[in-house]
Amino acid sequence: MTKTDLIEKVSLKTTGLTKKQTEIIVNMLFDSIKEALATGDKIAIRGFGSFRVRNRRNREGRNPKTGETVTVPEKRVPFFKAGKELKEVVDGKAPG
Amino acid sequence: MKKVDIANELYEKIGISKKEAMDIVELVLDTLKDSLKNGEIVKIAGFGNFVVRNKRERKGRNPKTGEEIGISPRKVVTFRPSHIFKEYVNGQKPQVESLESQKSE
Repeated sequence: MTKTDLIEKVSLKTTGLTKKQTEIIVNMLFDSIKEALATGDKIAIRGFGSFRVRNRRNREGRNPKTGETVTVPEKRVPFFKAGKELKEVVDGKAPG
Repeated sequence: MKKVDIANELYEKIGISKKEAMDIVELVLDTLKDSLKNGEIVKIAGFGNFVVRNKRERKGRNPKTGEEIGISPRKVVTFRPSHIFKEYVNGQKPQVESLESQKSE
């Protein structure tokens, strides 16, 4: 399922909103998650999961072409942890 | 930040009612969940992919007692953030915005 399919599906289940409006809202929803993480906030959605940022320390890496050792700088990566209900639904242990 | 906070943002930004905003957030989450339930991969451009992975049976250990236990095969959801999302949390603005800020300088 792509974002377009998601918008289509959501649009079919809503009343009073055009597909274009649904598209704007869905985009905004994902943007607000990104925005929150970028500002160091985390998001916990009960039954679904939580999004937060994890820090990666800098590390020694190697240029695979030249074999040269380089330092990979520390960075932040978005991290998602599935909630209990989502885990169970995906594993076929709970009705979804 | 919780689900209501996301809904409130939508409400503030586009002026749909709080109820409508909450309904949409729920609908989106339910639709994602349904798709993942069927083992489908969900690709959200600019955000990331949700992928269902099959885990084989493996041996684990109770960290408290040291007792060895079998972990049954299972399906798990993993999220792979898109490079746009990764750059975003590292403070690198997407291309379009940086062009705009150059103009205003």
